[in-house]
Amino acid sequence: MHALLFLLLLLFGSGILALCLQKSAKAASFVAAGGCIVSCLIGLVTVIRILATGDFPSFHAGWMVPYGSFSMEIDALSAFFLIPIFLLAALAALYGIGYLSAAAATPVSCRQDAGGTYLRKKKLGGVWFFYNLLVASMVMVVAARNAVLFLVVWEIMSLASFFLVTFEDEKEGVIEAGWTYLVATHVGTAILFVVFLLLGRYAGSLEFDRFMASSEDYSHIAGILFLMSVIGFGTKAGFMPFHIWLPEAHPAAPSHVSAVMSGVMVKTGLYGIIRIATFLGPLPAWWGVILVVIGVSSGILGVIFAMSQHDLKRLLAYHTIENIGIISLGLGLGMLGMSIHSISLCVLGFGGGLLHILNHAIFKGLLFLNAGAILHSAGTGQIDELGGLMKRMPWTGATFLIGSIAISGIPPFNGFISEFLIYVSALEGCVSLHAHFAFVCLGGICGLALIGGLAAACFSKAFGIIFLGEPRSEHGAEAHECGIAMRIPMIVLAFSCMALGLLLPFGMGFLSPVIGVITGFSQQELHLHFAAYSGTLNVLVVTGFAIFVIVGILAFIRSRILSNRTVSSSVTWDCGYAQPMPRMQYTASSFVQPFTSLFALILRTRITYSPPQGLFPQKSSFHTETPDRFREGLFRPLFEGINRGLSKLRWLQHGRIQLYVLYIALILFILLILKLW
Amino acid sequence: MNAAYLHLPVALIFAPALLSVINRIKALFAGRTGPPLLQPYYDLAKLLKKGAVYSRTTTWVFRMNPIIGLSAVLVALAFIPFAGSVAVLATKGDIFILAYVLGLARFFLIIAALDAGSSFEGMGASREAQFSALTEPAFLVGLAAVSRATGGLSLSEMYGALSFQTWMSIGPIVLLVAAAFLIVLLTENARIPVDDPNTHLELTMIHEVMVLDYSGPDLAMIFYASALKLWIFGSLLVGLVLPIHGANLWLDALAAYGGMVIMAVCVGVIESCMARLRLLRIPQLLVAASSLSILAFLLLLR
Repeated sequence: MHALLFLLLLLFGSGILALCLQKSAKAASFVAAGGCIVSCLIGLVTVIRILATGDFPSFHAGWMVPYGSFSMEIDALSAFFLIPIFLLAALAALYGIGYLSAAAATPVSCRQDAGGTYLRKKKLGGVWFFYNLLVASMVMVVAARNAVLFLVVWEIMSLASFFLVTFEDEKEGVIEAGWTYLVATHVGTAILFVVFLLLGRYAGSLEFDRFMASSEDYSHIAGILFLMSVIGFGTKAGFMPFHIWLPEAHPAAPSHVSAVMSGVMVKTGLYGIIRIATFLGPLPAWWGVILVVIGVSSGILGVIFAMSQHDLKRLLAYHTIENIGIISLGLGLGMLGMSIHSISLCVLGFGGGLLHILNHAIFKGLLFLNAGAILHSAGTGQIDELGGLMKRMPWTGATFLIGSIAISGIPPFNGFISEFLIYVSALEGCVSLHAHFAFVCLGGICGLALIGGLAAACFSKAFGIIFLGEPRSEHGAEAHECGIAMRIPMIVLAFSCMALGLLLPFGMGFLSPVIGVITGFSQQELHLHFAAYSGTLNVLVVTGFAIFVIVGILAFIRSRILSNRTVSSSVTWDCGYAQPMPRMQYTASSFVQPFTSLFALILRTRITYSPPQGLFPQKSSFHTETPDRFREGLFRPLFEGINRGLSKLRWLQHGRIQLYVLYIALILFILLILKLW
Repeated sequence: MNAAYLHLPVALIFAPALLSVINRIKALFAGRTGPPLLQPYYDLAKLLKKGAVYSRTTTWVFRMNPIIGLSAVLVALAFIPFAGSVAVLATKGDIFILAYVLGLARFFLIIAALDAGSSFEGMGASREAQFSALTEPAFLVGLAAVSRATGGLSLSEMYGALSFQTWMSIGPIVLLVAAAFLIVLLTENARIPVDDPNTHLELTMIHEVMVLDYSGPDLAMIFYASALKLWIFGSLLVGLVLPIHGANLWLDALAAYGGMVIMAVCVGVIESCMARLRLLRIPQLLVAASSLSILAFLLLLR
């Protein structure tokens, strides 16, 4: 625990120091990123030691805030969530050095209050301070064991990420994205306040271990508490339809921040749901079913919306929603297994869901870093303006390819392992459960199959259009490979995708204490069930290695065959047309057209089309845009309605401070009367 | 010794012959003599003797595709139980490994098509991506139904537990799943009514147009991999419809290989009697396949 407190201090201290060193962008970067990387390494070593020894530290100190205390503990569940946090935060910090130095070097035009604009260079102190604060607060969120402390660090996490999202505020739409995020996250937090207050009311304390001890006291409202925490934490996690901030905020943030937000910050929402579920005593089956339904619908809708996006980071943001859906499907199957005492369903469901949390952090972090490298060197994230980047950015291209295969859940990379476990869990359910639960599990298989196919289609589009073919505009043609500080994190993450894909099946045992915390099953029981699947896990490993080995053999054979033959280059075959142009290539929009027309009812893509006219057509254009259905159809009217309703109360807000003081006095007076009544 | 180790080399050798059976049947319907039965092997031998031409637009992704595609199909073949035997690799949930290993081959096929930078190949890639995303649920839900019916969690357990008794007891369900599998087979192997392997117009092709730019040994590998893929899906369909496994290993094997020939004949007959569907209609066919699978599963829930 001392190591943990020390690294929190180090994170905070180096952040403050970076703020003081504002003057030199370089110094600020090195101090803050250095502090972050060192503390994350300390953290990783500590957490792995904790998981290996099974010796879970805790810390307790008083706090002057009513009901608050500095109670912290690292149990297996917290330790598991800390692994991706430390890993990704360290790599993203390293990447940030390279990424932000470019942002600091070019002056940006800023609007002044008077209406004119001036050029200024970005200062990096602030962004690094908030970055380290974000990392520290995420660590605290999973370690906190007191509701007040939890809510405070939760709020710090939201605010730090808000300031990071709005870092590039000179760009169009960034401020708006920031506001969307701020509003969404606070609506979620408001619901969490209610959840914790209700829990505290019945438990008589806001300490988490008191919550756990008094689960019988609030069994009658457990369902409502669970639903509220699904909505409150689900807003952070990005469940449909509470996801609307995700596709706005992720593209707006600097890429290494998007990687951290999408890779690990949204997972704190899932952590919250799991943690709350452990307070609530025996789970009824319908909670699991709800998570399965949310998972499948978020997954399918997320991937369908991702498909129709033209901006790479927006596309990745929608894929975060999809993957959160997959995770929640796994967790839901696990809860279902828990409630009907099917340990194998439970172990596989939770195992798959938890592993997908780790895996998604790795490949989604990687993909956002790749997206940053593309933005950095090509100057645009519009997929249709890119092309042929593989030749100019070989490292980014190769790592993006690995990330794409992993996120599509295709072997031999890590995404497949976790999706496989969820699949097998659902299949067990299909075979062994009673009719209605079996049908839920079938929904899981059907949904996951559709998600998998669509995700593969979406990422073959993203990779194929951006990196392959010929450049579609001067953006792609002038791209160059990124610097070493940005390249190393991408390579490390891509390597992790591969290594985990091959070795994760061996290391499944480390999940059993984590599942033990969630389910309360004993370690022996869990080990027994893992052992039952050791054959299956071995086959997974064999499959992965077999693919690599056979690819190697075939590549060798082909190179031997072709070694004494003529191998020549030519133009691409275009039906004998001799001069193909880059503009004649298929674009991302044309690639996904069959999908967008298939799902037109859901997507409501807006098409602006002026067809070519006359004998000698001059100008014609075609443009599609897919706004978020929930934002346009649900939240915009809702908030406009609220705005209209509340505008009637505007006379209260007149700006005279003495009257505001009067309001306070009046309210206090009324409260006093009520109390005396 | 496990009989699967005998079935595997047979599959490797005779898979291209299924294509010539299909072509023979089509020739018979058209009143032609048709190519010799060994024609696929002549083609393979000819391609392997040639050099290669690559487009200047392409990268290493294009060159890796035939290799990765063939490796994935070879690995997938190891999961297929044949004639009631236990597959070389068999484990709980191997249906998902099978589906996703084939997904690896498809992923590379699609990006390799985009690598050439031609709109024809882009078109093929887009269609392949769409149709395969829609066949996946039909395939996996169909197998989940078989799994529920037999209680087996691995392909080998499921197919080993099938017998003619299954037809007696849950015949309609087997029929529904078989119909779904037939549609999946025709789609995944680019046959009529989804795709026409013999078309001459690039605009209308799906699978063939994606490999337009391949030549020589690369094309041979792609050709061979697609023959093996037909064998994979064919043996899953045959194992379901003709679950003949009695006591004698050789008779079982004979029946299963006979079944494969019958399957090829059926595909040939379908190709001869049907026209291609319009591209816009194909998603409906595939959704219908998924519905058949789901219906089969629902009928099992009692």
